Amino acid sequence: MTRSSDDRSFRIGTGAFAALVLLIVTGIAFELTRQSTLSITKFGLKFWTTKVWDPVSGDFGALPFIWGTLYSSVLALIVATPIALGIAIFISELSPRMLRQPLAYLTELLAAIPSIVYGLWGIFVLVPIVRKIEIAMGAKPALGVGMLAAALILAVMVIPFTSSVAREILKNVPATQREAAYALGATRWEAIKVAIGFGRTGIIGAVMLGFGRALGETMAVTMVIGNSPQISASLFKPQYTMAAVIANEFTEAADELYLHALIEIGLLLFIITVGVNLLSRLLIWSTKRRAVTAVIAPVVAEAAA
Amino acid sequence: MTANLRRRKIYSRIFETLCALAVIVALIPLAMILFYVIKEGFGALNLDFFTHMPKPVGESGGGMANAIAGTLILIGIAAAFAVPVGCLCGIHLSEYPATKFSSIVRFAADVLNGVPSIVVGIFAYGILVLPVKRFSAIAGGVALGLLMIPIVVRTTEELLRLVPGGLREGALALGATRGRAVFSVIVPAALPGILTGILVALARVAGETAPLLFTAFNNRFWSTSLTQPIASLTVQIFTYAISPYDDWHRQAWAGAFLLVMMILALSILARLAVRRLERMNRS
Amino acid sequence: MKLKPFALLLAVALAACQSNESKTANPTTINGAGATFPNPIYSKWFDEYQKSHPDVRINYQPIGSGGGIKQLTSQTVFFGATDGPMTDAQLKAAPGAVLHFPTVLGGVVPVYNVTGVTQPLRFSGAVLADIYLGKITKWNGAAIAALNPGVKLPGDDIAVVHRSDGSGTTYIFCDFLSKVSPDYKTKIGVATSVNWPAGVGAKGNEGVSGLVRQTPGAIGYVELIYALQNKMAYGSVQNKAGQFVTASLDSVTAAATGAAIPNDFRVSITNADGANAYPIASFTWLLLYDHPKDAARGKAMVDFLKWALTDGQKFAPSLGYAPLPQPVVAKEMQALGKIQ
Repeated sequence: MTRSSDDRSFRIGTGAFAALVLLIVTGIAFELTRQSTLSITKFGLKFWTTKVWDPVSGDFGALPFIWGTLYSSVLALIVATPIALGIAIFISELSPRMLRQPLAYLTELLAAIPSIVYGLWGIFVLVPIVRKIEIAMGAKPALGVGMLAAALILAVMVIPFTSSVAREILKNVPATQREAAYALGATRWEAIKVAIGFGRTGIIGAVMLGFGRALGETMAVTMVIGNSPQISASLFKPQYTMAAVIANEFTEAADELYLHALIEIGLLLFIITVGVNLLSRLLIWSTKRRAVTAVIAPVVAEAAA
Repeated sequence: MTANLRRRKIYSRIFETLCALAVIVALIPLAMILFYVIKEGFGALNLDFFTHMPKPVGESGGGMANAIAGTLILIGIAAAFAVPVGCLCGIHLSEYPATKFSSIVRFAADVLNGVPSIVVGIFAYGILVLPVKRFSAIAGGVALGLLMIPIVVRTTEELLRLVPGGLREGALALGATRGRAVFSVIVPAALPGILTGILVALARVAGETAPLLFTAFNNRFWSTSLTQPIASLTVQIFTYAISPYDDWHRQAWAGAFLLVMMILALSILARLAVRRLERMNRS
Repeated sequence: MKLKPFALLLAVALAACQSNESKTANPTTINGAGATFPNPIYSKWFDEYQKSHPDVRINYQPIGSGGGIKQLTSQTVFFGATDGPMTDAQLKAAPGAVLHFPTVLGGVVPVYNVTGVTQPLRFSGAVLADIYLGKITKWNGAAIAALNPGVKLPGDDIAVVHRSDGSGTTYIFCDFLSKVSPDYKTKIGVATSVNWPAGVGAKGNEGVSGLVRQTPGAIGYVELIYALQNKMAYGSVQNKAGQFVTASLDSVTAAATGAAIPNDFRVSITNADGANAYPIASFTWLLLYDHPKDAARGKAMVDFLKWALTDGQKFAPSLGYAPLPQPVVAKEMQALGKIQ
């Protein structure tokens, strides 16, 4: 065998596996669409705006689940983002060198805990605490399960993702930025603000990454959210998310339309999470590139001088 | 010191303290979860737990032997599927990084990374359960493997790229074909990192529940068959957690403890492997 | 290369898994899924049956009656189990003729967790319907108080708990309430999965009992054994004859006595006549195809059912289920001949 045919078979051989990955992704999109045609054709766009989820009459609408997913994820972000950013800033800028590794490791430990263990802790520890809060705040009935418990658990689960990416971003901010700030007499915090300003697109990307994670979270949420398809701004009412309804009702959707409606929800979840994730990666990548350019530019200018 | 400077310094101190507080706030749930898992779980572990199957509903005792074996089998299948696919794909991406095909594949791997695990479960149900009309360990294992692939692809690609160019050029200069150069020289050099990536991916999928719900299903009996439903720690914990039986709750905590230990072991193994192989490579 | 021994080990392990199956006299695994209502007695039966028949393993997963029907129709399981009989539409959608076999009788009880109330509460169908319709929202509401004179009911809100999965227990409950409340029939209806106007969803009988147990002020509906095993308070329900009956072996059996059993065994016995009949009682059915593709498994299931309908019935009372009336058993033994 000649060298070039060996090389060619290497290229094709490994390329086949690369193509497999591509095939899998397109396969998922294709399968989800194919298995939800009944629902798509019957309800059309009305599916996204109907509140009713009635398996008896065959009337399905995804609005309560879309609401529940977005609401719980946004609430989780509101709680998680300041904490995650605080952690990132502390570890990369403020903490003594010795503490950096252990703290980083501990934060990553949060990400390593499986969703089901979060759910277990949620049912037996968090929900009773939330119930006590609800009783204290006069919410009736004080169930414990509901939007608040779900948002809190999601927040904890999202923190390590946002925090580790934000740390990466801050690490990549060129030292020149901070040095310039200090040279102008900035306090520590003001220098940090400059660094954050430089990396703000990336940090937004980090936040969106957390958002994407929260959107797709299934087990922990379904164990504490109450599984009730109602739309409510109240933190104490049980609600439902897209991932949770699929997990609960998939194996028993007895008629085709019901199953297709559930898979259509899965399709929407797929589209939303993929979109959010890609957007976040774009933002993160553009910041990293900017950081590299910012370092290279002064060096190049110096060399040219 | 001017009043302005003093104010700014105070602000700085305040925000720095808030950041430190953020760390503490995040560590509280971590501590609580670990505390409860260890307290409730360790206490509920006994020999029966590791050796017996579940008892009929309402009777106390029994164990999760089948679920433990099931989880190990499932991640074994996942690795058997994801490691070859992910590594070879990563190799291709690192060898031909600039082609249009590679950019598309990289994009696809990124997309796959963001797909929620329950959606992957739906996909696996559609292609592996429905056509053969049975739930099986293979369907569950492949679903987990699909989740592993993006992580393995990305780590393999990045680590292969880190290998110094001199190594490849040296191999090619000695007359090796590209394939030989990659497999005999470059991959072994990057092996510690690749192995870490695999172990990290394994740790992630060992804790997955949602995709198993309608692929591997569940099994009350001891089963190692690849074509039958199989129990798993995660699904068993879920079933027990939402039940009203106190004994089942205890077993759920024990299962959670075991699961967390397993995942911790995998991550520690990953770190050790890196250090060990790096030492070997250097000598 | 370092990978080779690892790969070899993996291959050997996988091979060992496979050969293990064939070595141990090839036990037949039969997969089934369905109702959580009879799960306590089914799990006891399958365990006991395996002791005397070690080569038959019946792997039953309680995913709800809706799940049982669905998986049986998709043929991903060999048998199904449900407490809500398949509708004509569902029967038509199945790829073969599905036969219903009643296995035990059970009752659905209203469980509750009301602070300060120690004696059993009385409910009527109308009151339960209104609670689940969201019309009665407090425990000391007039309608509940009227049925329970002398009981100090707190002013707490009622936390309604229902099923989040497709459930035969829901079917039985809704079947009864639709018979006694026209409002319930129109607004909610009868099915394994309905559109609940109020309340929180929990998975399985286990989930509902778990949630009611942990939530003060909650009310839920579960199979009797779940209330008994978890020492939960459950109320008596007013039957057609106007008596307040507590679910028990006698009252559930009374509901089945005198019911006309059709040839396909699909019959509802809720709101039965009889002074002592429990109004929310029901059969629970095992579902099998009449001509299963796997004849050996078919025979194994027939043998199991014959055992369950005779020897198995003795496990029922201790688990809170009522054994089947003799005429029903006789009729079923005949019907089992149809499976080949």
